[in-house]
Amino acid sequence: MASTENKLPVTGAGPLNGVLTWVDQRFPLISLWKEHAAEYYAPKNFNFWYYFGSLAMFVLVLQIVTGIFLTMHYKPDAAQAFASVEYIMRDVPWGWLVRYMHSTGASMFFIVVYLHMFRGLMYGSYRKPRELIWIFGMVIYLMLMAEAFFGYLLPWGQMSFWGAQVIVNLFDALPLIGPDLALWIRGDYVVSDATLNRFFAFHVIAIPLVLVALVAAHLMALHEVGSNNPEGVEIKKTLGPDGHPVDGIPFHPYYTVKDTFGVMVFLALFAIVMFFMPEFGGYFLEYNNFIPADPLKTPSHIAPVWYFTPYYSILRAITEEFMIVLAIAVFFYGVLILRSAFRGSMKTIALIAIAVVLALFWALDAKVWGVIFMGLAVMIFFLLPWLDQSPVKSVRYKGGLYRSALGLFVVVFLVLGYYGTQPVTDLGTRISQIGTMLYFAFFMLMPWYSRMDTTRPEPVRLA
Amino acid sequence: MMKTMRSYAAALLLVPALGFAAGTDVKLDHAPIDPTDRVSLQRGAHAFVNYCLNCHSAGYMRYNRLQDLGLTEQQIRDNLVFTGVKVGELMKAAMDPREAKQWFGTPPPDLTVTARSRSSHAGPGSDWLYTYLRGFYRDPSRPTGWNNVVYPNVAMPHALWELQGVQVLKEAKEQADGYMKTVGKLVIDKPGTMKPVEYDRLVADLVNYMTYMSEPARAQRVTVGLYSLLVIVILIGLSYALKKAYWKDVH
Repeated sequence: MASTENKLPVTGAGPLNGVLTWVDQRFPLISLWKEHAAEYYAPKNFNFWYYFGSLAMFVLVLQIVTGIFLTMHYKPDAAQAFASVEYIMRDVPWGWLVRYMHSTGASMFFIVVYLHMFRGLMYGSYRKPRELIWIFGMVIYLMLMAEAFFGYLLPWGQMSFWGAQVIVNLFDALPLIGPDLALWIRGDYVVSDATLNRFFAFHVIAIPLVLVALVAAHLMALHEVGSNNPEGVEIKKTLGPDGHPVDGIPFHPYYTVKDTFGVMVFLALFAIVMFFMPEFGGYFLEYNNFIPADPLKTPSHIAPVWYFTPYYSILRAITEEFMIVLAIAVFFYGVLILRSAFRGSMKTIALIAIAVVLALFWALDAKVWGVIFMGLAVMIFFLLPWLDQSPVKSVRYKGGLYRSALGLFVVVFLVLGYYGTQPVTDLGTRISQIGTMLYFAFFMLMPWYSRMDTTRPEPVRLA
Repeated sequence: MMKTMRSYAAALLLVPALGFAAGTDVKLDHAPIDPTDRVSLQRGAHAFVNYCLNCHSAGYMRYNRLQDLGLTEQQIRDNLVFTGVKVGELMKAAMDPREAKQWFGTPPPDLTVTARSRSSHAGPGSDWLYTYLRGFYRDPSRPTGWNNVVYPNVAMPHALWELQGVQVLKEAKEQADGYMKTVGKLVIDKPGTMKPVEYDRLVADLVNYMTYMSEPARAQRVTVGLYSLLVIVILIGLSYALKKAYWKDVH
């Protein structure tokens, strides 16, 4: 064929030149390698926060590999699941290690992903032209939550069972389709063997496939537009005589060696948790989950695993009484939109939406709204690229308003997370309600405060 | 003579007596256990198969795993297997679970991982077990005649009462911040075959064993962890040096 002669032979790989040439003439090996590593120019000023992307990839691979080995011994059967996990912990050689890697990895995945998302919030990595990177990333986050939720049922402990029961029953609360939807998800009238089997299918094949594909899309979109950086400088705007960004350095070898160092430090922290405190005080492995699932004994206190608790707090914060406060807040939000100088069509759409929401406040009961607000709390991240109207990307050049808002948001997220792990108390509910207001205010008021903020101009080049 | 001995015994009994504030959560006693003490673990295993395994299973644990405690398979077979099963079998209860349910109203739970499942923010599961097994008292209102301060209205009778004796729950006044509060105090009414210190030691050994049984890989986990960390620290150093070398020319 003509094409095999057109491509130049590979050089610089020593004894491998021949093999690589053979492959490269049949597959775009060298061009892929160049595009995504050796000639992917990344800004030279990545800081601490830029480790978490590669760490998330590392944990994904770790979870897939350990998951494969767990699947070899685990039994997705309500009568055998709990025992098979203990079998892995005792009788399978190194089974305990693989199991702890997987259970520690699940929590570490969320820690890494939350820090990765926080990086995006700080440096405006979701802003134009990176909206799609952010959206793919958010879908990854949603899939990760689904993956964690399905996986948590598999050990078939009390918390597995009752956690799944509570979450599936949330769908039950939805109007019209709710009960049928919940039944369809469970495959039974309660969480049962049928539920365990289908959750297993989702956990080991369906969601991981989607996750891997989305990670690929996330990276392809990133490599198309280029990475953001702590200064918010678009390095592609200043090209050198070789056509490469002056402020960029090739991802390989610079960031491959740097990320390798990051992975090693991460491994140390991972090992400390996994080997010396695998339960992590009942947060990574909940104590109740060492009791086999018992449909006849409801635990006195059911809490999701820590990474879901901020949203769980929001769910529990929505009470009949709090709906009145929310209605007043939505009303004033409508007034705010009316008084602002947005385009007329936007105004009309927003006002109609708010009128519908206010009408529905009376039509649906608080339980349903709890579920809706919990969902909105996750989904609202998708809108960030359009909510942020600041002329600059990075927090370094934004003013005190945005910085305070972001700082407050982090505190609120953590406080909501804490109260989500605790049994309901009057004080806890009150704090969660204030937290819920502040949580949504961070997003909903962003179009205003990000404009009012006093910003400094971003530099054109990296110093 | 008899009188002085009795008062001496009463004084002894009062020393380990537990204080409980009525109506609130019981403060758990710290279990004096040492996972490296093989004698204690072996004694605990012996007590476990003698007293617990009649009704409770340890259905995820195999007898021959007890080689971890420094026993040979033959020793395990001779001293610890009472149900006539093979040494590679799981530690199943002698009692039929259906009969057990008839007798107690609820089947006795499997005990393999109880030392983990009873952990809480109040303390590790070992503390719970240590306090629970010393917290039975006579209560004629219960079907079994027994109640427990840690687990009120528990279905389980006091399996070790012959050793500990019979405790009763007495109300006592205690000085709190500015007022006297009523607390429950456990007092030995009828002594058992063991002195309280001996009984506490036996329970500690039993709890030590149950903690081992809840995670037999624990010792290996810690050892492997230390070696892994050593390797990782070296790798951190190497990868840092590599990063430094590559980044020399980036300004």
